[in-house]
Amino acid sequence: MKTTKRHQRRLLLNRIFEWIFFSTIAVAILVLGALLFDIFSRGISGLDWSFITSMPSSRPAKAGIFPALLGTLWVILLTALIALPVGIGTAIYLEEYANKKSWFFKALNLNIANLAGVPAIVYGILGLTVFVQLLKIGPTILAGALTLSLLILPVIIVASIEAIRAVPNSIREGSLALGVTRWQTITGAILPMALPGILTGSILALSRAMGEAAPLIMVGAVGFVTFLPDSILDRYTVLPMLIYNWTSRPQDEFAQLAASGIIVMLIILMLTNLTAIILRNRSQQRID
Amino acid sequence: MTARKRHQQTEVLVRWILIGLSAVSILTTIGIVLTLAYETFEFFSIVSIVEFFTSHRWAPVFDPPSFGVLPLVAGTMMIAVLSGLISIPLGLGSAIYLSEFASKKARKIIKPILELLAGIPSIVYGFFALTFITPLIRSVAPDTQIYNALSASIAVGIMTLPMVASLSEDAMMAVPDSIRQGAYALGSTKLEVAIHVIVPAAFSGIAASFMLAISRAIGETMIVAIAAGQTPNLSLNPFQSIQTMTGFMVNMALGDIQQGSIEFKTVFVVGALLFVITLILNLIARIIIQKTREVY
Repeated sequence: MKTTKRHQRRLLLNRIFEWIFFSTIAVAILVLGALLFDIFSRGISGLDWSFITSMPSSRPAKAGIFPALLGTLWVILLTALIALPVGIGTAIYLEEYANKKSWFFKALNLNIANLAGVPAIVYGILGLTVFVQLLKIGPTILAGALTLSLLILPVIIVASIEAIRAVPNSIREGSLALGVTRWQTITGAILPMALPGILTGSILALSRAMGEAAPLIMVGAVGFVTFLPDSILDRYTVLPMLIYNWTSRPQDEFAQLAASGIIVMLIILMLTNLTAIILRNRSQQRID
Repeated sequence: MTARKRHQQTEVLVRWILIGLSAVSILTTIGIVLTLAYETFEFFSIVSIVEFFTSHRWAPVFDPPSFGVLPLVAGTMMIAVLSGLISIPLGLGSAIYLSEFASKKARKIIKPILELLAGIPSIVYGFFALTFITPLIRSVAPDTQIYNALSASIAVGIMTLPMVASLSEDAMMAVPDSIRQGAYALGSTKLEVAIHVIVPAAFSGIAASFMLAISRAIGETMIVAIAAGQTPNLSLNPFQSIQTMTGFMVNMALGDIQQGSIEFKTVFVVGALLFVITLILNLIARIIIQKTREVY
């Protein structure tokens, strides 16, 4: 009967560890719950229409996020306009054109993998030197968008490569067999099929850029502005910068404002990610 | 004939445009390296490299200034280690549960929650550290300073947990099912399969996920800028205010520093050190991952 006793002990141990492993996930979920509760309980009361449409103010009761909201919109749209063509173009070159044995192909791949691990703040230093100072763009929306574009470029390239790779080879060969050129095959057959996947990855990358503050601090985004941007060569603030500015003030009222700002930012992020997920589900259905 | 020629011309043109676009990412790397290297050389023509790596005092804007980077490195390493103590066990436990124990249905619920945790901007974690974690620590240990390394480390650990979980899970899922089924056929429990078969088989992928999490923690900026403090401190006391390399860079960028001055150059030198450390960790992680790919 010794064996059954041992068997029971093994089963018990299995049970115990299943709970331990599960509890690690439970901890993560609990922290997420605490985080959301902390932010909503502080910020929800200050959240009204005038908070969204007002200027920041040194008087907490009157302060709003409007310039930061517009700044985020400007910066992210410009980032998309810059990063998408470059990222998708690089992916097309790597997948459809490049000779996979050439040194350029290998160097590019190694380089993209390395860039993905470079801390965001280092991109900020690059942006400060090259865009703000060398090219004399100054601490403007354009400099911020260029910097963020370089930051998310590796993510967009990798997502686009995966989406292009998922297009079945039969489609590529079928198109080429009709006698059209490689570029016509790409624009007419491959890109339409890969586009949902490319967009999903790109939207996720852009939503990451939307939450970044560190690189923008380096390229001179300001935390507190009371004017609205009306060109890409204007100075600006973005939501994370304004939230940082409010968080670093000692008064409790500003912590509440920061929490309200975070709620707005999280809602925007949720909506963009939802769009990405819906796109992903659609594209999966199509390829299946 | 002319149409064909036009198409051929387009092909050549497109090819060169695409090569040009691809060059952007290579130019980015070259730009980063040149920028950091140039200012670093300038800096070391003024400050001795020995002082930089051995002096115990970091006070670049003081008079007289002192340029010993060790306090910043110590602060950064404290964040890296303490956050690793959270992200590594919790992330690995989560990965084992998801890969070996969870039902399909449970996975479908849990994975999006972890993705959600990974998608929260670091500024939000910074706010959470300052307004929730710090008061919690101070209610247990009242002597804790408002800005302290522990609070920031916990937040960084939670932020990097999903990364460890998802990369480790990928590695475990990549272990062929035949190996798993073989172990079950010998009468093993799920725990025994996980500990004796799956984790050892996926070990390199798991180790790589640890490296990447540590590297992320070292480069993390906003959480430490908000919650860890601005006091360069060569101490191992996590209840004290410290300053990390990234925290210093943010602090300088927000201040009013003359461009081209020695204080200005310190941002680049510290950035160069940060770049080199994270690059080494990432390279090790990638070499490890590539080795596993060859096995299966």
